[in-house]
Amino acid sequence: MNAQGTVFKYPDNVDTDVIIPARYLNTSNAQELARHCMEDIDTGFVQKIAKGDLIVAGWNFGCGSSREHAPLVIKTCGVGCVIAKSFARIFYRNAINIGLPILECEAAAEEIQAADTVSVDFDTGVITDITTGKTYQAAPFPPFIQNIIAKGGLLASLKEE
Amino acid sequence: MEMTMTQKILAAHAGLDSVAAGQLISAKLDLVLGNDITTPVAVNEFQKAGFRDVFDKDRIAIVLDHFVPNKDIKAAEQSRQCREFACSHCVSHFYDVGKMGIEHALLPEQGVVTAGDCIIGADSHTCTYGALGAFSTGVGSTDMAAGMATGKAWFKVPSAIRFELTGSLAPNVSGKDVILTIIGKIGVDGALYKSMEFSGPGIASLSMDDRLCICNMAIEAGAKNGIFPVDDVTLAYMNGRCERAPVIYTADPDAVYEQTIEIDLSRIVPTVACPHLPENTRPASELHDIKIDQVVIGSCTNGRMEDMEAAYHALNGKTVAPGVRCIIIPATMAVYRECVQRGYVTAFIDAGAIVSTPTCGPCLGGYMGILAAGERCIATTNRNFVGRMGHVKSEVYLASPATAAASALTGYITEPKEAGK
Repeated sequence: MNAQGTVFKYPDNVDTDVIIPARYLNTSNAQELARHCMEDIDTGFVQKIAKGDLIVAGWNFGCGSSREHAPLVIKTCGVGCVIAKSFARIFYRNAINIGLPILECEAAAEEIQAADTVSVDFDTGVITDITTGKTYQAAPFPPFIQNIIAKGGLLASLKEE
Repeated sequence: MEMTMTQKILAAHAGLDSVAAGQLISAKLDLVLGNDITTPVAVNEFQKAGFRDVFDKDRIAIVLDHFVPNKDIKAAEQSRQCREFACSHCVSHFYDVGKMGIEHALLPEQGVVTAGDCIIGADSHTCTYGALGAFSTGVGSTDMAAGMATGKAWFKVPSAIRFELTGSLAPNVSGKDVILTIIGKIGVDGALYKSMEFSGPGIASLSMDDRLCICNMAIEAGAKNGIFPVDDVTLAYMNGRCERAPVIYTADPDAVYEQTIEIDLSRIVPTVACPHLPENTRPASELHDIKIDQVVIGSCTNGRMEDMEAAYHALNGKTVAPGVRCIIIPATMAVYRECVQRGYVTAFIDAGAIVSTPTCGPCLGGYMGILAAGERCIATTNRNFVGRMGHVKSEVYLASPATAAASALTGYITEPKEAGK
């Protein structure tokens, strides 16, 4: 499995309130929610994002609320992968559970610039910045988590058991 | 294998003699909870996956608290979805308007959580119940759905940071000042993926409301959970209240901690977290020039009886400064009723404040006190992110009830009287 697209870059501590503000959480409809993805940190995000594009961010991405609506809107917008220096733990869990690809890689998150074209190989964890020609190795997931991802999310993996 | 308190609870619930940090386990759950925002997503996933039954109707709690009484039609539809699910599965701990409270104030108060429990909740502040000596952590809606179906959840066993507390708090300094001070010290990811385990002789002087407030904001340091040992204060609180017998776990004497941080409670001062991160802390005494438009006293962090007492002692017989909107929200119906009975509500209204029935409302920018561009609020809530309480150009300052109420009287951030003396 691979992803390739243009990078949208954000700083440290991107919280779930800016990913999907709570004022919109009076619905659980993913399409409706996705219209407001990243609205409070980047008002033009929804207009600019194309399928397969990547979010690259600093430390503690997805901190704050447990709202699963946050990884859900990012996935629904077509984001191919989120690369960050680190993820807040509930966001990390939620992303895996719903099948939003995420990778932790400090060097990639530091060096990759906004608007770079980047490709990701999920089988190997290799991140390639096509614009600069540099490659990075993301931390691999433990086999238990790889299994959840391979089955298409937590509930799908539970149903198979 | 020497274990932390958290690791002992996890080992027991995984059916293992011991666990080590980093180990992946499947643990039995004593309680799975959700609210009116996260439960609808969980119900959708539960139904989509084809689950028919919940694992135990007595071990699921669904609390309508974020947008109730419903703020609009969509919120009403979400509440109805929760209500129908709770009804069709005979969920015994379902709390609707009239019985509800903010979940993390309500469930300890009603004795639904107890010492030794292993709990997940589709709300990040589920970590609150560590105050009772339980392992309790926030998860998303899919985990809630899986927990409701199977009664189990997967965890990566956390390592821990120990906070060794000594001394006791000065008057008008509370648990909120303690946790804000700690977050200011270690940062918003200072305990990422880890447990925050509190210990030391200073614990005995902390009330249950202080401990609940401290554990509540463990997530604001990125922690998986916060936890206090069970002592006489905990036992007195749980006695006659908890529906299940408490199980007391203690950390092994040689348990390994990544770090030990000493906190002298007697040196904690009234503390405020400035926009836009809970780690941006400053002593309230250094912020006298910050003019405020609104005060919010309430939330799962600070809507309990001691918080209402602090507000009452500041506001009774006084008047809220002109131009300041002061919104007081008791976190549960029992706290609300007690405020009525003790005459606090009259005193608040006479002071020029308003008193709402329980709701998370303004804390997450839902309703009941949304800020316009350029407005500032001092709030006893837990997050001050960009746009958290309204417009992206509004600002939230986090503080204790005593500091928030003192500020309501002056219109500027104000240290409560006698604090730190």
